Formats: sequence, C-alpha cells, structure tokens
Amino acid sequence: MTTLTAPANNLLNVEEIRKQFPVLQREVKGRPLIYLDNAATTQKPQVVIDALVNYYTGYNANIHRGIHTLAEEATAAFEATRDTAKAFINAPSREEVIFTSGTTDGINLVASTWGRANIGEGDEIIVTGMEHHSNIVPWQLLCLEKKAVLKVIPVSESGELELDVYESLLGPRTKMVSLVHVSNALGTVNPVKQIIAMAHKAGAVTLVDGAQSSVHLDIDVQDMDCDFFVMSAHKLYGPTGVGILYGKRAILEAMPVYRGGGEMIKEVTFEKTTYNELPYKFEAGTPNIADVIAFKAAMDFVKEVGKEKVAMHEQELVEYATAKLEALPGLKIVGRGSHKASVVSFVIDQVHPADIGVLLDNQGIAVRTGNHCAQPLMDRYCIPGTVRASFAMYNTFEEVDQLVAALQKAIKMLS
Amino acid sequence: MSETLNIRDTEKEIVEEFGLFDTWEEKYEYIIDLGKKLPALADEFKVEENMVKGCQSTVWLTASYRDGRVFFQADSNTVIVKGLISMLIRVLSGHRPDEILEAQLDFLKEIGMTTHLAQTRSNGLLAMLRQMKNFALAFKVKNEM
Repeated sequence: MTTLTAPANNLLNVEEIRKQFPVLQREVKGRPLIYLDNAATTQKPQVVIDALVNYYTGYNANIHRGIHTLAEEATAAFEATRDTAKAFINAPSREEVIFTSGTTDGINLVASTWGRANIGEGDEIIVTGMEHHSNIVPWQLLCLEKKAVLKVIPVSESGELELDVYESLLGPRTKMVSLVHVSNALGTVNPVKQIIAMAHKAGAVTLVDGAQSSVHLDIDVQDMDCDFFVMSAHKLYGPTGVGILYGKRAILEAMPVYRGGGEMIKEVTFEKTTYNELPYKFEAGTPNIADVIAFKAAMDFVKEVGKEKVAMHEQELVEYATAKLEALPGLKIVGRGSHKASVVSFVIDQVHPADIGVLLDNQGIAVRTGNHCAQPLMDRYCIPGTVRASFAMYNTFEEVDQLVAALQKAIKMLS
Repeated sequence: MSETLNIRDTEKEIVEEFGLFDTWEEKYEYIIDLGKKLPALADEFKVEENMVKGCQSTVWLTASYRDGRVFFQADSNTVIVKGLISMLIRVLSGHRPDEILEAQLDFLKEIGMTTHLAQTRSNGLLAMLRQMKNFALAFKVKNEM
C-alpha cells in the first residue's frame, strides 16, 4: 500500500457543510454513515427539507388557478423555481424550462412528442455505448414504432467515446443524437459541445442527459447549443420526483403536446381543444408543487456553496480515491477517461461487486454495486458490474481512507 | 439430507448456530465459507431456463423429485448469496412439496439477513425462494394429477 496523504482542504468548509445534512448524523450498523452513493441520489440539506415543510405547513394550494392568497403564494414560489432553473442552466427564457418528474420523464417526453412527429421509417437515432437505460429504451420504443434505426457510438477501453466512429455514423438520415453528459457508471465527461456541433452539421437535433452533470459542471445550454437538456433535482441535493426539460423555443413550439389535461389547455370544447402557451403546454395536470418549490432551495444552496469550489473538492476526492484504490492488489478502475466527474468505478479480481457491497454496508459504507442501469456498457467491458463510489460536497478524505480500509477487510474476508 | 428434522427444526438449528457468533464478521465469514463449500452446479444446468436473475447477482436453480420429495441444486455468481442458498437448500431440500410450500423461513430474519430479502432489484434471493416454492407446487400438482 502506497502512503498517500490527503490534500489539505482549503476549498470548502466540509465540516460546516456536513452539519446542514441531517441524515449524515445517523449511524448504519453501529457506525457513522459514510454515504458514497451520490450518483444514485444525493442527501438533502436542511434548507430543502424546510422548503418542503414550509410549503405544506404555510401555503399549500393548487397553482395557476385560485385567486386566493395561498394560491397566489404557491404559484409565485412555483414559478420562482422556473426562473432559478433558467439561470442555473443559462436558458434564454423561462418559457423554455418545462417541469418534468425527472430526467427519464424528460427523455420520454421528447421521444414521444418530437420523436413521433419527426422520426420516420429508415431514420436514424444515435446514442452512445455508455447510456443509462433511460436514454436507450425510449428511443428503442420509438424506433420499433417507426421502423427507425438506433445507432451507437462505441466506448473505448479507457471509457471515452470514439468520435471518429461517431463521425462515420452521422449521415443524411440522422435525425437525433441523444447522449449522456457525464456517465453515471464511469464518470466520463463527454465532449458534448463538439458532439452537438457535429450533429448539427449533419442536420440532426440533439438531446443532452444532464442527470449526472448538472450537479458537478457549470451548465450553459446556450454555449453547448443543445436542442434539449434534461436533468433531475434529486441528484442536485433536491427532492425526488422533479426535474426539468429545456428545449429551444422553436422546437418546443412546433412539438405536439404530450399529456392532455388541465393547465396545458387554452380552451376546451367537445369539438376542439386549443393548447396553452409554453411552458404550460407540456405541464398537464397538477404538478409536483412542493418538490418544485424545494428544488429552488436546492439550486440556491448549490450556488451559495459554490459549484466551482465543490467541483474542485470532488475532483480531489476522485484523484485521491483513485490513487489509493489502485494500490490495492487485483483492483482495476473501470473508466479512465481524461476528464471525469466525481465517480470511481472499479472491479476486483475473483470477487463479485455485490459481495463487496454487502460487506461494505456492514461497515456503514453505502456504495452502489451492479450494472448501474447500463447493461450494454457492462457487456462492453465483459463484467457483471462494478463497485461505484460517487462523491458529493460533504464527502471527506477520511471517508475515502475508511472506504479503502473497509474494502481491504472485505477482500480479506472473501479470499 | 437430514430426514429426521422437519423444516422448522432445521431453521432453529441454524438460528442456534448463528447465536454463537458475536460479530457480523463471524456471521459473514461463516456464510462465505458455506458459499465456497457449496458444490458448483454443472455447466449443463447453468442455462437460461434455470436462471433467476437479479440486477446484482445471478442464481441458477434446478430441482428434482424422488419418492415424494423435492431436491434442490443451486449456484450463484456471488459467494454470499451462494452461502445463503446453501442454508436454504439445507432447510428445504429433501422435503415434501406441501412442507416446502408452507415453510415460513423466518430463520433468515432471525439470523439478521433481512437485507438480502429486501424488495429491491438488487438480488436474486427472494426470486429464488419464490422459484423453490414454484418447483414444489409444480411437483405437487403433477403428483396429484
């Protein structure tokens, strides 16, 4: 075992940050919780929990319709989240920010509406070999329905997209390029700007899955020039069940509606319904008001702590963990891209990831093991899955040390 | 196969054995050891139709029926699940279909293995238990026909 000293942390006051996350005070199996499953979902700070409680205790009402005080307050808080989200991803206008139930919902919305209207027989949709199932299955369903073709940008041994192959996949029939910004299983940060420019040159529309990236990277949809961007609040210290879909105005306006119901309509008669303007056109029914409101608190919190500082802290954790883990005999890091965000995925010779997961849990450490909902990617590496440690702003170098020690113990028990 | 003990007795026996362990390490070392000792299933049985797939571990399960009793053979690609399987086989194998169908299998909870029975996608153990009972039911129905 090489001796590595943790870098002096002068970026963030992690101790102070930890105090704001109530769950981090608890114990698991008699030990203080070490939560390293942040790519699955992050823990919630008190301000987010307060926002939820305050809404339900102070001004719970349906939005956009009542004229009473509570409805006004709830509507204002709900719409304030849209403004914050617009700034968070640098969207040109608030009308281009649509609330969804999360990333998966956003992709399904685009595949079902834009897809059905624009994809025909023989058309081609490109995804990558490192997609989460949620950015594969909606397109597969669409291809099946329309007799279209799904093409895949391969992943190199180091976990990066093979852009020369991508170039050869682009053609006159390419209608959509839908790709993940940051891989949940490998941590690879994809060069989305370049990939989008290449897609646009071929006349294709693009969608970026920002489920993992939105918490770690600065998101600027205008600079990326993506046509669609989707993300989830719960991976960003916010509540579950809410996310956003950003779309370029012209495309959203031309897109058929998704679900029918209240809020998305302008006028309804039994002969004909006319639809509401953006963004409400895509927000049928009573939305997830409480969680949308609390989502603002999460974005404000991230902004206040400082995304850049957090990203640097997480980068140091990744580098420290990678170096320490690599020193363990038989351990191999999966995903060695030059640009990674907050994820260390690994396998160990002769040991199944699930066995490691059980033994780490017994030592109070939460990691993810398995295929990470990315079976095609695991097949590409011929592995059943990996052990994944993923970091957030509240993780410490000491926790990495404890992970390594717990892992050594697990390996010893299993061998 | 212990023919003298009924299912509940074997369960109690296992619970008593686990009572001797003071730490989680001892418990898991025992389970890992059981997993390693369970004979591997021959490759001819490791086929798709015998597979009980979880998103973390894969279990292969087959059963045979002799003299009114069901005998199980199983394997897994993860050693802890294999250890748990070994205990399930010890408890259930060699019993009559009715006994297997009625078995509550509380011992898994009593020895603190509830994590492995959680309703998650993560392991094939719960699915395997269901499959063991399905086998018992199938043999019972076939027998009564």
